[in-house]
Amino acid sequence: MARMLMKGNEAIAEAAIAAGCRYFFGYPITPQSEIPEYLSKRLPEVGGVYLQAESEVAAINMVFGAAGAGVRVMTSSSSPGISLKQEGISSIACAETPAVVVNMMRGGPGIGSIQASQNDYFQAVKGGGHGDYHNLVYAPASIQEACDLMAKAFDRADYYRVLCMVLGDGMLGQMMEPVEIKPVKIAEYDKSWATTGWDGVSRPRAVINTLYITVDELNELCGRLQAKYKIIERDEVLFEEFHLDDAEYVVVAYGTVARIVKNAIENLRAQGIKVGLFRPITLWPFPMLPLENIAGQARVKRFAAVEMSAGQLVQDVRLAVNGKKPVELQSFLGSNVPGPGDIAEFIRGLKTA
Amino acid sequence: MNNEHILIAGFGGQGVLSMGKMLAEAAMAEGREVSWLPSYGAEMRGGTSNVSVHISDKAIGSPTISAGEATCVIAMNLPSLLKFESFVKPGGLLLVNKSIIDKPSSRKDIDVIYVPVNEIAKELGDNKVANMVMLGAYLGKSKVVKNETLMNQVREVFGAKKPAVVALNEKALAEGGKLSV
Repeated sequence: MARMLMKGNEAIAEAAIAAGCRYFFGYPITPQSEIPEYLSKRLPEVGGVYLQAESEVAAINMVFGAAGAGVRVMTSSSSPGISLKQEGISSIACAETPAVVVNMMRGGPGIGSIQASQNDYFQAVKGGGHGDYHNLVYAPASIQEACDLMAKAFDRADYYRVLCMVLGDGMLGQMMEPVEIKPVKIAEYDKSWATTGWDGVSRPRAVINTLYITVDELNELCGRLQAKYKIIERDEVLFEEFHLDDAEYVVVAYGTVARIVKNAIENLRAQGIKVGLFRPITLWPFPMLPLENIAGQARVKRFAAVEMSAGQLVQDVRLAVNGKKPVELQSFLGSNVPGPGDIAEFIRGLKTA
Repeated sequence: MNNEHILIAGFGGQGVLSMGKMLAEAAMAEGREVSWLPSYGAEMRGGTSNVSVHISDKAIGSPTISAGEATCVIAMNLPSLLKFESFVKPGGLLLVNKSIIDKPSSRKDIDVIYVPVNEIAKELGDNKVANMVMLGAYLGKSKVVKNETLMNQVREVFGAKKPAVVALNEKALAEGGKLSV
């Protein structure tokens, strides 16, 4: 497929189809409603099922059900809708059923705004629902990267039997950029665990369950989950480095904010300020070791998290830097999208701080 | 080639978003990097809508345009002129829809072109091409993409079925271009 100018939401929906997704259950909410709209038309064309549920709670439980049958399934929503889905997300993690969830973040708390935000970082990477679990969280900064990560999300979800979340924001969903939806080679994984009907002979009975009433049973499940998360933390970390080779100041930012930071860095570099960007692409697992290594380099003076939230990302940056260097925070709240000038001003301040 | 940061604003229905989209598609067809970001959501009927388009030779960073950053602002109505006039960077370009804006620009450090888009469109026979007249004026001045590339996008939309519509759009683009040479 050649490069096409596509809206982020629509490109993500088409990328899901290319990745083998054939089931979507959701409920509309700005700024991501083009995902369900697009899939309502496209999924029937490829023999799939699109269903607008009566609520977000129903939608995520339909995703859970389809995931239990071993098919490639997704839902999408925006912040308040993702909050409603947390009970189901916890269940999916517990049952180890593969699924993909897209969150195009908007401003909160509450119903909040409909403009872009990053205020669901904690919810996405620190739990969201109850229990000791993690989702694999991808944070694309461009529409092309979002499409490529959709393919990865479906694959890794099947491979690890986890829920993968693609975490964007209203800007990414609403903007248009050139994008190529690449053909995806869909890997086959053993799905003998799926509840697709039992012949009594060919395999043990498949049971999808989230109730472990005895301590021993739950302890075993939690141990298995944590062992799996350790492997994911080791093998699935993704990040981008931008002008870090000689950087004295390291900005950490993700998603569309990272793009704005890049503009600021280019302007500051032209003025001789040695600043670079570290952009986590996976938010969980967070790139702890790579960032810790950068913190250990003598030329690096200071870190700064730039986020459209009130100090969420910065907590992981501080964990990674682990006291080796000062870590500052620049927050942009209430769906207030910074310009490169705002960020440059903050970075200049780091130099004199 | 020149990197352009264009902010187009006007009433809903004036074709603001499609102007931006045609521009972005044409630039993409000429091998440039582009981004298109609409204002969305809180707009209401009769209110204003706007779109930010970046055209560059390298990957686009911020998809937004801040005050003082726009190489060009196209104001299709008065509220848009008042809100975004200050967004044009010094030496940049401001295009004003003269048909419904009678206020002159207060900026002295930029190029200002007043385009009577409705009158020209009416002379051509259809008010609907007013936005194409304005786009023509912008392309005439900035030369950021060839008129022909943009017309290929129009042909893709209307195709062989409506050759008259395509011809009308082509004329509108050319007439607009005459105003800014």
